[in-house]
Amino acid sequence: MTDQPILRLRGVNKSFGAVHVLDDVDFEAYAGKVTALVGDNGAGKSTLVKCIGGTYPIDSGSYEFDGSPVHVSGPRDAAALGVEIVYQDLALCENLDVVQNMFLGRERMRGVVLDEESMEIAASQTLTSLSVRTLKSVRQRVSSLSGGQRQTVAIAKAALWKSRVVILDEPTAALGVAQTAQVLDLVRRLADQGVAVILISHNMLDVLQVADRIAVLYLGRMAATVDRADVNQTQVVELITTGRSGDLGIQPATASAGVSI
Amino acid sequence: MSTNLEKPSGSTKPDAAAAHTTTADELSSAAVTVPTGADVGSYLRQYWQRIRGGDMGSLPAVAALVVLFLVFSVVENGFLSKANFASLITQAAPGILLAMGLVFVLLLGEIDLSAGTASGVGGAIVAVLLTKDWPWPLAVLAALVVGAVIGLGIGWMRTFLRVPSFVSTLALFLGLQGVVQIVVNSANTQGNLSLQSDTLVALENSNMPVWLGWVMAAVLVIGYAAQKLLAVAGRHKRGLPTEPSSITAAKVLGIAVLSFGFTFVLNLNRSPNAGGGTRIVERNGQLVTEKTGGEFLGGVPWVVPVILVLVVVLGFVLSRTRYGRHVYAVGGSDEAARRAGIRVNAVRISVFVICSTLAVVSGVVLASQTAVNAAQGGGNTLLLAVGAAVVGGTSLFGGKGKITDAVVGGAVVAVILNGMADLLHGKNNSAWQWIVTGLVLLLAATVDAMSRRRAGSTGLG
Ligand SMILES: Nc1ncnc2c1ncn2[C@@H]1O[C@H](COP(=O)(O)OP(=O)(O)OP(=O)(O)O)[C@@H](O)[C@H]1O
Ligand SMILES: [Mg+2]
Repeated sequence: MTDQPILRLRGVNKSFGAVHVLDDVDFEAYAGKVTALVGDNGAGKSTLVKCIGGTYPIDSGSYEFDGSPVHVSGPRDAAALGVEIVYQDLALCENLDVVQNMFLGRERMRGVVLDEESMEIAASQTLTSLSVRTLKSVRQRVSSLSGGQRQTVAIAKAALWKSRVVILDEPTAALGVAQTAQVLDLVRRLADQGVAVILISHNMLDVLQVADRIAVLYLGRMAATVDRADVNQTQVVELITTGRSGDLGIQPATASAGVSI
Repeated sequence: MSTNLEKPSGSTKPDAAAAHTTTADELSSAAVTVPTGADVGSYLRQYWQRIRGGDMGSLPAVAALVVLFLVFSVVENGFLSKANFASLITQAAPGILLAMGLVFVLLLGEIDLSAGTASGVGGAIVAVLLTKDWPWPLAVLAALVVGAVIGLGIGWMRTFLRVPSFVSTLALFLGLQGVVQIVVNSANTQGNLSLQSDTLVALENSNMPVWLGWVMAAVLVIGYAAQKLLAVAGRHKRGLPTEPSSITAAKVLGIAVLSFGFTFVLNLNRSPNAGGGTRIVERNGQLVTEKTGGEFLGGVPWVVPVILVLVVVLGFVLSRTRYGRHVYAVGGSDEAARRAGIRVNAVRISVFVICSTLAVVSGVVLASQTAVNAAQGGGNTLLLAVGAAVVGGTSLFGGKGKITDAVVGGAVVAVILNGMADLLHGKNNSAWQWIVTGLVLLLAATVDAMSRRRAGSTGLG
């Protein structure tokens, strides 16, 4: 990676009371790249993401955006930087249609009246630019959409708002094969538009298929951050389960020191 | 976690270049196409699909209204009389107004059981202030403020104390009945207290001049048509698909037939003495009988323009403004709304304020119809209004409903009560009326629950 990351965390620590959940974590996300964040249950992925999203303040360490340190003390700060989190439980209103959901809370107005046409056009254009072909109509209610289509809408919403960093928390967890492929395609295209995508997933196939870089958290420590091209599935699985794989990862001398109570 | 699939590194990415080959004509053929207007068939098919998916809106209520009208006009002499049609409207008015406020609360999946007694408080305050020689606009304004404060209280308890609205408004339902009694008693009257304002009494007891009724119908139709055409033109100009023009025309025609038909019937002379007769008039404090020529009693009741204005304004607020959008969003998923940056608590409080304020409007109209007594707004007032909203198509589960639901549903409830009143004789007359009304409400709630389940289960739309 020669270019500068959009987002860079250095030596981030986070504890909940006595539980040290994130331990000196370094993490970067690059424009145009999909960075997979993997790790076993309880490794600290969601916690790290919530720190990035401003839900949790970090205890120590630095948060840099575009090369300069920033202070993120709440979700609004993160949103202002252009960090968007697509939650696993989606956060769409089922009774509203696709356009209404994509613009929710940021409606375009003409005077006091909603500017429905302009929102509909912008939503359609965004979906078109992401080559989304699975939606019959942008005026469909979300209640009539499948899980994959909903995920698509949620991701497209992030694209619509020109987010710089988009974090996806297990976007394919509940999806079938075809829909998973569609969503992964979408993730790829989002990155191709210059967005720094952070993908949390437990599915190795997804990760290996779509990621450019893989960051492995092991018991709250960043075991390794590797280029996709440099590793195979066995290595990644080893990193996840034991924190190391050959030369990669936390070496034996320190492997257990990272676990603190 | 799958571990058995080893792929050669480097070849596993989806072809990133594929995304870049999207050509210009591919873009223009819009990946996302809205089924375009032009074709009436596909429009109707889509509409049918929506209905089958459980999104029926006011359709069942409209059907019920038609059926009820047919049934009552056959089995009951006089149901279709001109006079009865006019009294149907004045009977329905207070319930419709109350239901309009409840639509807002129901849209958030909340309930306001105190709206009926709040309307009683409103009516009582206005009646008492009028006895103290307040000008009617001030008296009404004072009552509206009290209504708003009641709503604020409910909203505050719901959002800050987290008391479920079902409980807090049940308590208020009881408490406000006491308040009504105290307010009414403060006027030192025995029994009924009528509104001492000709203007307010006129709402339910006088009619617009015939010409004004026609003007109102014309304004309504032209306004509706203009708004429709502007919307179509706006979408067309920006290259967006529009509904088929024949559908637009049919809608405008439908509104025109309804408005002018309604006005025509109400403008007919419904006086029992239309052909001339005698009447009793007061002359110098004495009642004397005098011969009259043909008498005219006709015109649209004054309460109709009040309802119409509120329907237009509140309908606009709900469907065209940011606030309205946020009401639906919070009703659909308050978590999603919160994440979208919507001030959920403010929205929640606001709907209770709107509901209680409209309840006061309803209370004033009810007082205009019947005069105020100590039981004003109690009893079944509220439940009938909730029934009206739900019968009209507003969901009890939140997120679904329109202001017109209150009108259609309120009409259904009024037709049932009015039709049954004369149909049933004997000592159990009113008992049957309640049983039938209860059954209708039950039916509406069942339809609501079932269509909700249906909407949840229709995966791909
Ligand atoms: N609010 C909290 N208070 C206390 N402990 C917490 C809190 N949130 C998370 N933890 C702990 O931090 C650790 C990491 O949790 P986290 O949710 O980040 O894991 P994860 O990697 O997202 O796991 P999963 O794959 O299961 O989602 C866990 O041991 C969890 O119990
Ligand atoms: Mg997690």
